Amino acid sequence: MGETISQVFSLEALRSGDRAEFARLVDAYSKSIYRLAFRMLGDSQDAEDMLQNTFLKVFQSLSTFEGRSSILTWIYRIAVNEALMHIRHQRPDLQVGIDGEDTSDNDYTPSQFVDWCCLPDAELLSSESKTYLDRVIQQLPEKLRVVFILRDIEGLSIRETGEALCLTETIVKTRLFRARMHLRNKLSSYFGERLDMENTR
Amino acid sequence: MTKHADCHTMLASLSEFLDGELKDEFCREINRHLAECQDCRVVFNTLKKTIDLYHSASDIQVPSGIRERLFRCLNLEDYLINPNK
Repeated sequence: MGETISQVFSLEALRSGDRAEFARLVDAYSKSIYRLAFRMLGDSQDAEDMLQNTFLKVFQSLSTFEGRSSILTWIYRIAVNEALMHIRHQRPDLQVGIDGEDTSDNDYTPSQFVDWCCLPDAELLSSESKTYLDRVIQQLPEKLRVVFILRDIEGLSIRETGEALCLTETIVKTRLFRARMHLRNKLSSYFGERLDMENTR
Repeated sequence: MTKHADCHTMLASLSEFLDGELKDEFCREINRHLAECQDCRVVFNTLKKTIDLYHSASDIQVPSGIRERLFRCLNLEDYLINPNK
């Protein structure tokens, strides 16, 4: 599962450059940051570069961390900024960011009404299905994708997701709804076809 | 969908309903609506299943050697030996 267990760290030790404590911090959260990086960038080498850059920035910025949010939420914020910088660098023609206007709700209106929940797990979680899940999450606009990853995959609360992205809870909820509905529509088309195939066998 | 005047309101609130962010009275209203409306029930079930699937499929294979390379990049080689890793 995706949740990361929160651990207690000595901020005083971290701020004073205690390397043993920093190593403990890296061990506790590097997998979560790698998962976020991979989901944001879709490539393992890019994700590893982002992981390293994130913890380099974390180490450089620890003296400025005020402790108003949890340290994990703060690390996520740095990681998300790294991911967005990477995407901007790769695709300078695209407008990438988590600010700005959201599009109309019409894009996220349900379009399929097939109940595919009865499909067996072997079908729903087959390697082919997982590849499709990965592909459709990559197609989400970054501002929606990052909210979905933090809330529904990494298990942050709505408030923590807002803190990590410097967004209000209302905006987080709106974007979460759109991301979830967009993914549901895509999965409904995909698994709806599989359900038809099962029924005609 | 349009046969139920309140489908649109229900669907717009399903995400918050799943997160337990709504007041009890509204939750009861949604539950009543879901019991009556087949289309909304399908959307609710598949929305919940979509989230569950992404959660279940979230274990990404971490490339081998990544911890060692990260520790070296951060000048933490002295702390590479950790019996829990």
